[in-house]
Amino acid sequence: MRFVLAGQPNSGKSSIFNSVAGYRSATANFPKSSISFTATKTLIAGREVEVVDLPGIYSVTSSDTVAGPAERYLLNESYDLIVNVVDASRLGRSLELTLQLLGLGRPMIVALNMMDEARRRGVEIDHEELSELLGVPVVTTISRLGRGLKRLFRESLRHATFAVSSTPPTYDREVEEAVEQVRAAIDQDDSIPDIPSRFVAIKLLEGDAHLSDRFRSRAPDLMDRVADVANHLEEVHGWSADQVVSGSRHAVAHSIEDRVVIHQSSKEGWRERADRLLLNEWTGGPLMVLILAGFFWLVFGVGQRVEAPLVVGFNWLQGSVAEQFPPGSLTATIADGLVMGLAGGVAIVLPYLIPFLLGLAILEDTGYLPRLAYILDSFMHRIGLHGKSVLPLILGYGCSVPAIMSTRILESEKDRRITAVLTSFIPCSARTVVIFGLVAAFMGPMWALAIYLLNIFVIVVLGTVLAKRMKGASPGLVLEIPDLSLPEVKTLVAKTWLALKEFITIAWPLLIASSIVLGVLEWADAADSINALLSPLTVWMLGLPAAVGMTLVFGVLRKELTLVMLVQALGTTDINTVMTTQQLLTFTLFVVFYVPCIATIAVLARQMGWRGAAAISGFTVVVAVVVSVSGRVFYSLFF
Amino acid sequence: MMTLDTVGIKRQARVIMIDGGQKVRSYLNTLGIHIGDWLTVVQRAPFRGPVLVEVHGTRVALGRGVASKIQVDMDGVVEHLSGPMEAVEAGK
Ligand SMILES: Nc1nc2c(ncn2[C@@H]2O[C@H](COP(=O)(O)OP(=O)(O)OP(=O)(O)O)[C@@H](O)[C@H]2O)c(=O)[nH]1
Ligand SMILES: [Mg+2]
Repeated sequence: MRFVLAGQPNSGKSSIFNSVAGYRSATANFPKSSISFTATKTLIAGREVEVVDLPGIYSVTSSDTVAGPAERYLLNESYDLIVNVVDASRLGRSLELTLQLLGLGRPMIVALNMMDEARRRGVEIDHEELSELLGVPVVTTISRLGRGLKRLFRESLRHATFAVSSTPPTYDREVEEAVEQVRAAIDQDDSIPDIPSRFVAIKLLEGDAHLSDRFRSRAPDLMDRVADVANHLEEVHGWSADQVVSGSRHAVAHSIEDRVVIHQSSKEGWRERADRLLLNEWTGGPLMVLILAGFFWLVFGVGQRVEAPLVVGFNWLQGSVAEQFPPGSLTATIADGLVMGLAGGVAIVLPYLIPFLLGLAILEDTGYLPRLAYILDSFMHRIGLHGKSVLPLILGYGCSVPAIMSTRILESEKDRRITAVLTSFIPCSARTVVIFGLVAAFMGPMWALAIYLLNIFVIVVLGTVLAKRMKGASPGLVLEIPDLSLPEVKTLVAKTWLALKEFITIAWPLLIASSIVLGVLEWADAADSINALLSPLTVWMLGLPAAVGMTLVFGVLRKELTLVMLVQALGTTDINTVMTTQQLLTFTLFVVFYVPCIATIAVLARQMGWRGAAAISGFTVVVAVVVSVSGRVFYSLFF
Repeated sequence: MMTLDTVGIKRQARVIMIDGGQKVRSYLNTLGIHIGDWLTVVQRAPFRGPVLVEVHGTRVALGRGVASKIQVDMDGVVEHLSGPMEAVEAGK
């Protein structure tokens, strides 16, 4: 059996999914946080059930000729039940999607989620009446606290076993007549896939880009008929057909809401008061600077305090391990590489990575990110984008891979491309580790801050140039701003762990293995030839020790590797004893800007083709050289 | 006739037309903004930034470009943010 969780963005689908799957699907307090679907198998009352978490959608109509993953799944895959997750505090709007889902004619159940939120806003809902009106079971839940979820899944199983198909709602008489006419034409045509013809008729009248595109070549007569009916509808009504249909659905949804909701007056709470300051035209900007600066100090403060004793410990360990083996032997080299790889992970990466991931999780779960999009919208317009691009860019500080994938939330192709390119330039947490581990640790936090600001400056310049050169229109910012919320400690920990697990299981073994490989290469004098090959860049242009050449090669695998490899190549965790501050700065600047890691290149390639990804990677090297050489010259002139 | 980007903070306005093609329209529709709906302007960002409106209990940020495509009708009554819609309609 297979259940799909479908609903509007930010309604709590992933939270419900995680309650059966363990923390596997990322949740966050901003719309469209899930970008692709996740599936898990679970046991409900002794039966194996596959639960699928879909990305949030406001409507099943696609405005793009390529349907999104959620629409595609709902229309084409086989499943036994739709669990429509509805945000009870936004019932009217959520029901507009519910009405469309009912039209799919599959068994369905409604999870009336966020009941706590609804109560807080003074909304009381008669869920039995709602169930009556929709003709499907309705279960109230508070997925964040796990309330009602057992009942939800038990009820789901029962409903799916009976396999009662849902019946679509009835709209205005004019709409119904138009739908009937189109439907008659569809039923004559047998090239139409087995989606209910009523559903297809409504979507075609609404001008669904994906379905229209699909039928234009296959059934041109049908499309002519649709155009006729739509024109007629427009003549009668004065509005275009898509507005008549969606307006009619809007009216039905709100009349249902009116019948089941008992409004009580809600009083203003801390959320509204906080929002008044955070989004105020005078205080919003300064508060944003304060919040981001606070974030920076938190990561630096915690990281530095933890890092120092660990480095001392590992230096001691390295010394005592070296004593166990004959100096210069292969075993000594391997043991040394092993210790260095471990040390790089524990002593250098984790101290900065953990507070960083935790801080980002807090920003995500409070709902501050969409507010940033609002505040920065006019700034982003200056570089040819709009506020929504802020979300991928900020997520880019975590990891470039999901951040580039999240550019899908942008409506226009031009915005998506530019934002993806810019996002690959944002220092991800791995590069942050290098910035903190080298520059902040040995030169002071102000220097690290300067690197971030320089990075933003480069991005602004790039964005401006790209926006001027690329064609295409952008609709501008249209973004739902969810209410602020207090993050749950449990979710924060789970989320940080999800990201950390990725580091521990994939990056760390890679760190240790690479560290050993580099050690062996050096032992066999093979590293020297590669270093010599790169020395025009490393020694001549950047003024660095030749030994860093290999670390830059390894860095393409993962950016943290550059730091750990540097430790290995130079043979000490006290890097400032072997490199000058000028060299540290130049090295870090180069690492921050040059080629994104392999995983990022792969996502870029998926988004814009291999040639695009290769072009961007090559371009980043040019930018990296320009920036780091300028940094080097600047430092020697003024310090 | 005025457009949403010129409406002041805490004022309510009613959507009478959405210009700018089907794409913008359907996008606003899916966020619950249709012709005839009442919107309350909650905040206006400086430097020609977006306007924040409340519609059916949800807050939506609309860039100035989008806001200038939404034609609205105002009744001139200054209302509380969470005030019930009926009161506004009755007071007209
Ligand atoms: N107050 C409250 N918050 C909830 C509830 N369920 C989920 N949340 C919070 O709402 C936010 C969104 O939850 P998600 O599970 O990410 O929502 P989603 O439906 O998967 O969202 P998208 O993937 O963006 O479509 C998170 O911050 C959750 O912690 C609930 O019942 N009550
Ligand atoms: Mg989700």
